[in-house]
Amino acid sequence: MIRACLAALLMMLALPALAQPGSAPTIPKSVLIQPKELASLLTSGPKPTILQVGFRVMYDEAHIPGAIYAGPAGKDDGIAALKIAAESIDKGKQVVIYCGCCPWDHCPNIAAAWRTLTDLGFTQLKVLYIPQNFGADWVEKGYPVVKG
Amino acid sequence: MTVIATLIAFTALPASAAPLPAGTQAPDFTRPSLDGKPVTLSAARGKLVLLDFWASWCAPCIVELPHLIDLQKRYRGRLQVIGVSMDDRKSNAVDAMKHHPVNYPVVMGDAPLGKLYGGVLGLPEIYLIGRDGRIVRSWRGDMRPAELDAGILAAPR
Repeated sequence: MIRACLAALLMMLALPALAQPGSAPTIPKSVLIQPKELASLLTSGPKPTILQVGFRVMYDEAHIPGAIYAGPAGKDDGIAALKIAAESIDKGKQVVIYCGCCPWDHCPNIAAAWRTLTDLGFTQLKVLYIPQNFGADWVEKGYPVVKG
Repeated sequence: MTVIATLIAFTALPASAAPLPAGTQAPDFTRPSLDGKPVTLSAARGKLVLLDFWASWCAPCIVELPHLIDLQKRYRGRLQVIGVSMDDRKSNAVDAMKHHPVNYPVVMGDAPLGKLYGGVLGLPEIYLIGRDGRIVRSWRGDMRPAELDAGILAAPR
């Protein structure tokens, strides 16, 4: 029991260090968009292009209407898939990316996706702020979803 | 016909993704474990079950593994932990288990299984299932290990 607690404690202490470079909290607040704001954009006004940069299983369960699956950006093949998806998008158009696989501070994908698209020259890029996960912060709030 | 069915399935609509509530019969499943042995949830009837939805990319899930291992050891005979990997690829789950070996079976999950459990749209997510196969409670997102202990101790005997 004590060994298990110590192991868990050590891993928890290591987590912030693992999460530092390229983690979600490094994304500037100015590029974040709140779920409520995006939901209202979906029903009125020009719809942004939405990219899901998380995991396929989660996308297949449910995703934001119109969202394009772009692959988990925390992995090399995910970045490659994101770059392919980005090729057909106007870099001056509003683009929103989201993941929501796990709590914001632990998300392995969203910062890598934001950095990749920023480096590619997307000028109207927004990042959906999902504090807990896509289920709790989007679906359970009653915002529109497509269930696969 | 198929096209229409597909269109209906993909129609945008408000949906729920709340974990299944307490008292609900836990949806049964049989899936091969990562090492190929069949794992059936209902085969654990008579014991408490901790059904741990996790993935190799989920840091808080990995943090919880030592505690789940400890619970499986401490409550042997009374509790069965079952891991459900929501990784896109089995190889990722297998690799994670090489680095963090566990003393309980782990199966691969997918979107249909996630939907059976109300939509597993974020990790970690853990269900405590009673001896009668009904859900006692669930945890989603960051949690403290002591909460699992308290849940197990408070579960109906």
